[in-house]
Amino acid sequence: MVNSSIYPVKAEVKSLNFYYGQVHALKNINLQIPEKKVVALIGPSGCGKTTLLRCFNRMHDLYPGHTYSGEIVLHPDEVNVLSKDVDPIEVRMRISMVFQKPNPFPKSIYENVAYGLRVRGIRRRSILDEHVERALRSAALWDEVKDRLHSMAFNLSGGQQQRLCIARALAIDPELILFDEPTSALDPIATAKIEELTNELKKEVSIIIVTHNMQQAARISDYTAFMYMGELIEYDETGKIFTKPSKKLTEEYITGHFG
Amino acid sequence: MMAEESRKSRPRFKKRSLLYSDSRFGRFRRWREKLIELLLFLSAFASVAITFMIGFILIVESIEFFKVVSIWEFLTDTEWTPLFAEPRYGILVLLSGTVVTSFVALAVAIPIGSIVAIYLSEYASSRVREAVKPVLELLSAVPTVVYGYFALLFITPLLQRLNDEIPGFNMLSAGLAMGIMIIPYVSSLSEDAMRAVPMYLREGSYAMGATRLQTALKVVFPAAFSGITAAYILAISRAVGETMIVAIAAGLQPNLTFNPLDSASTITSYIVQVTLGDLPHGSIGYQTIFAAGLTLMCVTLFFNVLGHYLRRRFREIY
Repeated sequence: MVNSSIYPVKAEVKSLNFYYGQVHALKNINLQIPEKKVVALIGPSGCGKTTLLRCFNRMHDLYPGHTYSGEIVLHPDEVNVLSKDVDPIEVRMRISMVFQKPNPFPKSIYENVAYGLRVRGIRRRSILDEHVERALRSAALWDEVKDRLHSMAFNLSGGQQQRLCIARALAIDPELILFDEPTSALDPIATAKIEELTNELKKEVSIIIVTHNMQQAARISDYTAFMYMGELIEYDETGKIFTKPSKKLTEEYITGHFG
Repeated sequence: MMAEESRKSRPRFKKRSLLYSDSRFGRFRRWREKLIELLLFLSAFASVAITFMIGFILIVESIEFFKVVSIWEFLTDTEWTPLFAEPRYGILVLLSGTVVTSFVALAVAIPIGSIVAIYLSEYASSRVREAVKPVLELLSAVPTVVYGYFALLFITPLLQRLNDEIPGFNMLSAGLAMGIMIIPYVSSLSEDAMRAVPMYLREGSYAMGATRLQTALKVVFPAAFSGITAAYILAISRAVGETMIVAIAAGLQPNLTFNPLDSASTITSYIVQVTLGDLPHGSIGYQTIFAAGLTLMCVTLFFNVLGHYLRRRFREIY
């Protein structure tokens, strides 16, 4: 395991266990997320990678019967985001998320990006304008939409909608962004754009990405975690995982023997 | 029998052509399909035809009425006394009663219904929802005549305790009772529309750090707007067309007023009042029913078209 060499650390998962009702979906996960790097979570369907991702911003709190124990400590202030004393809304103000399917709100492009700021009570037009423009630029969408900021977000193409969702996630200056298979609903060109984008974004923010696509993980991530049946099998630098994995199971998965 | 046997002996891919082409069985099948299609068409056609027939009769009888009374007089006169020695035919008088009672009802039903819908769809646990929804829907199952007397014998005295100048028959209490009756129409349909909003849209909002209320008001409600509009339009049509409650509790004096504390007659309560009497068939007094009915139909048609337009304009794309 590579844990000792990861520095600086942005977040630390400590003995995380997760249950969907009676089903034990995550088994004693320990993982360190480096700062300003891309971490890919890979593994076959149902291995728990999305479940793990959604622990970071407490999405599971929305559903009764989803229970968990353990810690996810966010650095530098060492707050345990899973603690009952921590308001999930506080957590989500620091950690934003991009979903599998583009899910823009039924609002204008501008209001979609400004949503996170408005939710925080920011009303000053100048601040909103500035953040919206910066977020759209970072998401490489500004040039395409700058003349129609007030038209409905649904009029954008699928790839543009997903970049809009990325802009929305960026507008709140998050410390960590969670990507849940962000390109699985997109065509290859839109996918390439988003992969390029993650490369730019990691200069500013730490990224965790769940992906089904192993080539994608190899292309864009610095570290890769391989999960299988709710367990973290191996976690290492991406190059190492894909060239000389230390576990037999990892090797079988990346060479396509199962999954 | 022959067809049955040859069907079995042939290879599988032949089955289809056999069924639909020359065998007796195939012909029966096709004939039966045609028959079913015809029956389905007729039942769809019947409802459309009946609507048109009602419209036709209303128009034909109204034409007779408008031969005597000009449309201008009908729309601008400020008195409605068709049965007096010197009859006056100002529909505005009845329309004002309809507008005021409907407005009071909607002022009750739309806010409360929407709040209930937001609570049931975004806050209540499924256990609570399953329990509350049927009970709430019972409100609209109560016969309207019961609501009428509820307004007259319960709400009106209550209002009179607040202000003893309120007359025994008034539009406010009728409108309030009507509003209570309409709440489930608004809440039930709005809740269905809001629950149809996909979970990933809500998750998107929560993931941005929004609270439940922010998610409900800023994302779910706008996303469900077209369905909610449909609920509101249905509520309006229901209020405009409601008869029994206003006939019992609002008084039957044609009265051009926009003060809900007055008593007044609405279009519907006028119709019910006149039909209860013994007007000679074909008289001008009799034909006022149809002119009033036509007006009512125009009003509800207007709202239905408006609802249709709004639904298309704000159609959600998930």
